[in-house]
Amino acid sequence: MTRARSLSFGQAINEAIRIAMQTDPAVILLGEDVVGGGARTDEGVDEMGGVFGTTRGLGKAFPDRVLDTPISEMGLMGAAVGAAATGLRPVVELMFIDFIGVCLDPLLNQAAKLRYMSGGKARVPLTVRTITGAGMQGAAQHSQSLYGITAGIPGLKTVIPATPHDAKGLLLAAIRDDDPVIFCEPKGLLFGSGDVPEGDYEVPIGKARLVREGTHVSLVGMGATVPMCEQAADELAGDGISAEVLDLRSLAPLDEEALLATLRKTGRIVIVDEATPRCGIASDVAALCADRGFGALKAPVKLVTAQHAPVPFSKPLELAHMPSPAKIVAAVRAQRAHR
Amino acid sequence: MQLTQPELLDAYRHMRMIRAFELKLEELVATGRLIGFLHLYVGQEAVAVGVCRWLRETDVVASSHRPHGHCIAKGLDVTAMMAELYGRATGCCKGKGGSMHLSDLDKGMLGANGIVGAGIPLATGAALSAKLRRTGGVAVAFLGEGATNTGAFHESLNMAANWTLPVVYVVENNGWGEFTPAEHVLPVADVAVRAGSYAMASTIADGMDFFDVAGKAREAIERARTGRGPTLLECKTYRFKGHFIGDSLAYRSKAEAERWERRDPLARFEQRALAAGVSAAQLRAIDAAIDDRLVTAVMAAEAAPLPELAEVMRDVYAGGAA
Repeated sequence: MTRARSLSFGQAINEAIRIAMQTDPAVILLGEDVVGGGARTDEGVDEMGGVFGTTRGLGKAFPDRVLDTPISEMGLMGAAVGAAATGLRPVVELMFIDFIGVCLDPLLNQAAKLRYMSGGKARVPLTVRTITGAGMQGAAQHSQSLYGITAGIPGLKTVIPATPHDAKGLLLAAIRDDDPVIFCEPKGLLFGSGDVPEGDYEVPIGKARLVREGTHVSLVGMGATVPMCEQAADELAGDGISAEVLDLRSLAPLDEEALLATLRKTGRIVIVDEATPRCGIASDVAALCADRGFGALKAPVKLVTAQHAPVPFSKPLELAHMPSPAKIVAAVRAQRAHR
Repeated sequence: MQLTQPELLDAYRHMRMIRAFELKLEELVATGRLIGFLHLYVGQEAVAVGVCRWLRETDVVASSHRPHGHCIAKGLDVTAMMAELYGRATGCCKGKGGSMHLSDLDKGMLGANGIVGAGIPLATGAALSAKLRRTGGVAVAFLGEGATNTGAFHESLNMAANWTLPVVYVVENNGWGEFTPAEHVLPVADVAVRAGSYAMASTIADGMDFFDVAGKAREAIERARTGRGPTLLECKTYRFKGHFIGDSLAYRSKAEAERWERRDPLARFEQRALAAGVSAAQLRAIDAAIDDRLVTAVMAAEAAPLPELAEVMRDVYAGGAA
């Protein structure tokens, strides 16, 4: 690892896969359109590299190990599990996490449980890259943040980076992990950029990131809500409220110590999640604070999440559905009003 | 299909072990010594043994909810299997899998499966792995005719044919999907025709005849191993017992069962083996040794320690619990 340069989120992911494939011949990439028409030899065509071009160039670099699949999520996910259990280290692209409904069994009942059911003999080093979140008017079936489903399944790990730096390092860690990891790529961040070190490095799975220090309230975000928390913290600073921002990064395993540490420091916690409010990461973190951090709480735990509705198409409705810096600021103020 | 006498005896030993293992389980459940969701393979022995005799230890098998026959044919140790069914620490999965999740990766048994059809893409992926790693390995998925109605089946066959994968899909068409006759839910009499949609080789074997299964399985496995792609091998067979132990069998006629029982694969094998010069004394000696071995396996299982309670949280993740 030497100097850093500015890369987009997608470029950071591309670089991580390239390094993983260079350093380990067992790594393969498969999914729908991961190459695209560029696999043909016609003049004047290029690889699509997936719906957002994230994997462009990898097909030409590793023609035997980058496979376009048919639109068969159940089959390709199951095949990836079988390949992972028998010597390969597959990276699967599930184009949008909304499509998990047609390939949940290979994750829920196979990948997550093979190690356990075999008494520890099997291992499933599988990485599933998938786009999550709203903000691009993808509407109800291309905008969900369903990572709560995978984070709640024992045997799976789930991570969601908030910066290109972490995207590269977490993806390298995920690919090299001997357990199945769901790697979420938040739509709202895909076209942003940031400093990314050159070379090979890993960001450890299971460790949250303290984004900024503060003393009055802790804003806990993940993925696309991390920059929202940072914006809210800037605004709150104008009111003399010092907000700490914690990026969970790893949803399963969860960095409980980092959460409790920030709670003990500020006594007030606001959890910001792009997912809907019930049975999700935000409510899970809230329960953890009540259970293990009760003595440190100076005010009720507040959740800022999407609303409990499908993601609507129309832009004002979509924005109303999602969390935002303004909603975070409002939640902090409501929390401070509590005596 | 010509086999040497040692090969005939080996095939008989495996088929007879499967039969005896399953009947032993039935007896253990009836006498209250064993519990669990147990699906017996009695009647289908020729399929597992006829296929697996051509597999190497490193070849991979994905099985179904009716897995004991596949496990025994693939070389799993019956003592460790029995201990697993008893939920003991000495089981092949440390007592954490049970019947529907029997596996032994060291023997190429990727696992039984509680989800109908779920093993099909797993075997397909194992074949992809063998092909990309150039191991010369072959994968076999054992499935029932009911599993050919799942999306996992069709998606897998499409990918396997498209990628010319070294995999054999062995459909054990036993005529019943749980309690529903196959013809009520299948618009085709032969599921082998489903391979046609995927430009895949297919063939139909008499699943009650070891020699027919073995001949056609050898050809299919050879096709896979030499890089000529997948095969759908349909074996017409019958489960002599119910869907699971305890099934009342009220849904099917005795006459139907008796018709199939007259074609018992072990009895037919014995006739052929005797005609080929194997002696009845040799077969009875195998029977006695198997019966002894199972008595020993049950005693060992019943005497084996139960798992420590800390096992609940072991093997969830690679480095322990997260």
